[in-house]
Amino acid sequence: MSTDPKAIPRSTVMPLDRALEVIDALPGGGAVLTKVEDVLNWGRAASVWPLTFGLACCAIEMMQFMATRFDADRVGIIPRGTPRQADCIIVAGRATIKIAPIVRRLWEQMPEPKYVVSMGSCATCGGPFYYDNYSILKGIDQVIPVDVYVPGCPPRPEALYEGFLKLQEKIRKEPFLRRRIAAAAQAGS
Amino acid sequence: MALRTEELILNMGPQHPSTHGVLRLIVTLDGENIVDAQPDIGYLHSSVEKMMEARTYLQNIALVDRGMDYLTAMSNEEVWVLAVERLAKIEVPERAKSIRTIMLELQRISSHLIWWGTFGIDLGAFTAFLWAMRERERIMDLFEASTGGRLHHVYFRIGGVNEDLPEGWTDRVAEFCDYFLARLPEYDDLITGNPIFQARTKGVGVLPLSTAIAMGASGPVARASGLSYDVRKAHPYEVYDRVSFDIPVRTAGDCFARYEVRMEEMRQSVRIIRQCLEHLPAGEIRSKVQVALKVPKGEVYARTESPRGDLGIYLVGDGSDKPYRVKIRAPAFSNLYALTEMMKGWKVADVIAILGSIDIVLSDVDR
Repeated sequence: MSTDPKAIPRSTVMPLDRALEVIDALPGGGAVLTKVEDVLNWGRAASVWPLTFGLACCAIEMMQFMATRFDADRVGIIPRGTPRQADCIIVAGRATIKIAPIVRRLWEQMPEPKYVVSMGSCATCGGPFYYDNYSILKGIDQVIPVDVYVPGCPPRPEALYEGFLKLQEKIRKEPFLRRRIAAAAQAGS
Repeated sequence: MALRTEELILNMGPQHPSTHGVLRLIVTLDGENIVDAQPDIGYLHSSVEKMMEARTYLQNIALVDRGMDYLTAMSNEEVWVLAVERLAKIEVPERAKSIRTIMLELQRISSHLIWWGTFGIDLGAFTAFLWAMRERERIMDLFEASTGGRLHHVYFRIGGVNEDLPEGWTDRVAEFCDYFLARLPEYDDLITGNPIFQARTKGVGVLPLSTAIAMGASGPVARASGLSYDVRKAHPYEVYDRVSFDIPVRTAGDCFARYEVRMEEMRQSVRIIRQCLEHLPAGEIRSKVQVALKVPKGEVYARTESPRGDLGIYLVGDGSDKPYRVKIRAPAFSNLYALTEMMKGWKVADVIAILGSIDIVLSDVDR
């Protein structure tokens, strides 16, 4: 996991980030920030809100994942209808060349920090549509950065569950305050 | 002095909570009234027809599952193997025919359940979705036990089915039929009799019979407009000529009529499954067909009744082990063009109700 400040656009650096920069410079401030970060990450990991955006077959298993038997709500996964409220986008299904710019735009519309789950073989690499095909994108990671790849055609809802547990693990360990401080320092310099 | 107004163009989709996939609708509005609604398709075009030319007849079974209407993988497999069997003149054992019919009807129920659940969400009833998914999960269990797959089964083979039914499977299906029929009155209590639901669907989005025929609409959309046509009756395949079932027909042509037709179809599907279970013949499940099947030169058109309507495949063979040309006649594609006619003159709030009532699947439209 990098603390690369380039990951955060300059325009999203807020006054709060500058305050964090000051705290970080104080004696013992770094330790305080680490604790604060742990608490924030615990909260963020327990409320990953994905965007309801289904592309193809995997969307049906994604619906099943959020519905009765698998009940994603109990680990804090609540689908949202708009990218402005979403933390994460599940690319569920094959993405065509025609839809790729729209997926990119949806991803850009989501506020930081944001995550991408690539669900199924098609979103990961083109899957069964890899050969002899003129319209399918060979992997959504050509358009947006992917955090978790869930294999399968389509993956079972349990597999998507596992993917989300992995994503939560990643969020819990993420030094996201540090990243913001670095971005603030860079924007200020 | 009359108020000067301008038309407003509203883009719906491709990402919209209620567009059932990646459909973009370009709605022209005059105030709240819909002047025109043009669908923009192609966001899920997977070039399936072209890909099929590069795959053998057996490999294509796995492709039609995914490339065509993904809610009804069995129906896609059925129309594909039906086309190949007709062209290559392959006989299917009786037991396989019955098994296929059971699977097709289970698939019809599961597809209609998705439609019922999402239609509920579209109109603001989230409970419908949770209930539908609960029942659908039981069908998924049945599919998983017999075919190994939940959504994409690759179960039908040219000349039969892949494997015989596991032990006790027929009892589980019979149990599911009882369970499901007991759930349907609950569905009626929740949604059908709901005054808000009726106010939003009754008389809304009327499709006249003549327009339905002119636009090539089929399936529940056409039957709700009064067209008593079902491929299962008109051109029977598998064992549909030996089981008794009714084709639900309504004449109103509105959203509620389409809703009623699908609800009744689920009951009829249970009826068909029960008859097939009762007369399930013993014996072979697959006739001897070589893996690298060479289909003789010629052309054939096979049609089936998928949950969305008249699903057809036009297949041209050139004597090799791969098809020369495949054309898919997708029901959702024709139904989508009837959508424009349904929407004209209604309010912007009715767009979602009308769109939900035609049960669109973009994978079927775009292929």
